[in-house]
Amino acid sequence: MSLLEVEDLAIHFGGVKAVDGVSFAVAPGEVFSIIGPNGAGKSTIFNLISRIYAPTRGTIRFNGRDITGLQAHQVAPLGIARTFQNIELFDHSTVLDNLLMGRHVHRSTNFIQDMLFLPAVRRAERAHRHRVEEVMEFLELEAYREKMIAGLPYGVRKVVEIGRALAVGPELILLDEPASGLSVEESQDVAFWIEDMRRDMGLTVLMVEHDMRLVSQVSDRVLAVANGKPLAQGTPSQVQADPGVQAAYLGTEVAQ
Amino acid sequence: MDLIQLLVGGVATGCVYGLVALGFVLIYKATEGVNFAQGDMMMLGAFIALGLVNSDHLGLAFIPGVALAAVLMGGVGYGIDRFVVRQIFGQPQFALVILTIALGFVLRFIAGSIWGYSPLVLETPFAGRNLSMGGVNISLADIVTILVTALLTVALWGFFAYTRIGLAAQAASQNQMAAYIVGVPVRRINSIIWALSGMVATVAGVLYASKGAIDPNIGLLGIKAFAAAVIGGFGSLPGALLGGILIGVVEPLAARYLPGGFSQMSPYIIMLAVLVTRPNGLFAQMHAKKV
Repeated sequence: MSLLEVEDLAIHFGGVKAVDGVSFAVAPGEVFSIIGPNGAGKSTIFNLISRIYAPTRGTIRFNGRDITGLQAHQVAPLGIARTFQNIELFDHSTVLDNLLMGRHVHRSTNFIQDMLFLPAVRRAERAHRHRVEEVMEFLELEAYREKMIAGLPYGVRKVVEIGRALAVGPELILLDEPASGLSVEESQDVAFWIEDMRRDMGLTVLMVEHDMRLVSQVSDRVLAVANGKPLAQGTPSQVQADPGVQAAYLGTEVAQ
Repeated sequence: MDLIQLLVGGVATGCVYGLVALGFVLIYKATEGVNFAQGDMMMLGAFIALGLVNSDHLGLAFIPGVALAAVLMGGVGYGIDRFVVRQIFGQPQFALVILTIALGFVLRFIAGSIWGYSPLVLETPFAGRNLSMGGVNISLADIVTILVTALLTVALWGFFAYTRIGLAAQAASQNQMAAYIVGVPVRRINSIIWALSGMVATVAGVLYASKGAIDPNIGLLGIKAFAAAVIGGFGSLPGALLGGILIGVVEPLAARYLPGGFSQMSPYIIMLAVLVTRPNGLFAQMHAKKV
């Protein structure tokens, strides 16, 4: 059974059909990428899955459950975490605090317990800290642990956001252009991390990305979209060879 | 000796300004909107406490009565956000300004029609009692005010630094989008912050009432508290408190040493001076920014 099923998804902003009839299914443990030119509606699909936008039409199912009617804050507890193309972090907090905030949905101690810092709170706090340290070790963020986000270089902030998503402890992670603005070496790190996420952590990865080298390297399957409509779906090489996809990227004249 | 009395009284008055300013900043940090009814919420809190505690009203014991008043005002704050403020979500900032100014009028009218417009005195266990130490006379109400403010400050700090809700509120104030995707119900958190500022306003109102009579127009003190919040940097909780105390101390000093009228003007003169020289406030949080 598929972990994530998107069926006939559409959202119209006034007359603009940002996403129009997109369907795909992601199997557990799969790395699935969405590609397409700028403005194709890729990030909009992410925003629909994380319930920031409400779709005009279509359904989104996660683990067989229809999540189309949920609110944005109800998505993380199901096991869906994400990053943003433009990085959305808590800028005036440290790297550690950002990652700890990723543990929010796992905090179950109540207000009174918290205020009194009871043993149950201390135990839970240690467990969260332990989980966060594992994530930091995986992403090699230890050197930045106590640094404020606002002062960090772009590449590091990008990685911190992946870290916060992993701290949520998701089943499905949505990565919105994880390699954009990164150097070649940094993109290569991202490729390794994605493979480790799948192999060692058993995660399912849904990614939007422009860097075709990264996409081909890590993806099991690829969906190409343009102008909000699906163009082609298949293995990376199948999709890259698709005439419609080539036309969308390069212009029809060149493709023919 | 006189000067010490003057200073202690000033700090106590300043604590009340500071607590109302704290209410402004709480809501501003959480929702980026300014609640101009904050002073009137203080007034309503004081009157609800009076209605519960005074012997010619319900006559509850002082501490439980005030606690109940705070809880009720928490409900009022939560309700205002849930049923009024949320309706204009997405409208320009100015809509909220007008809405909360109007809300202030409504609260004043409600208090006036229940408790009347003539000054009333809240019965407190510490009213009119003085402590004398080495020739210095300090009113017990002032000492209680300062202690309660200090305790409340520590409790608020603990709330934001350690509790699940407090951390979620901090997260939402820094980045709403990021807060949503880690599972923070941002709107509910906003309502909880409104509730919290209603409770803080009640404490401020009771402390204010312990020093004199109250009437439905005492909420206009909110304008001074607003100046205090601006002086503190309008985004910093300790700044709001310190801004309040600064105004509270300067007022009586100006009344004593400067020509008449300066005392009333002093909060705004300080505010203008701060805005001109340090637009981010005296106690603005500094963030290292890489350019």
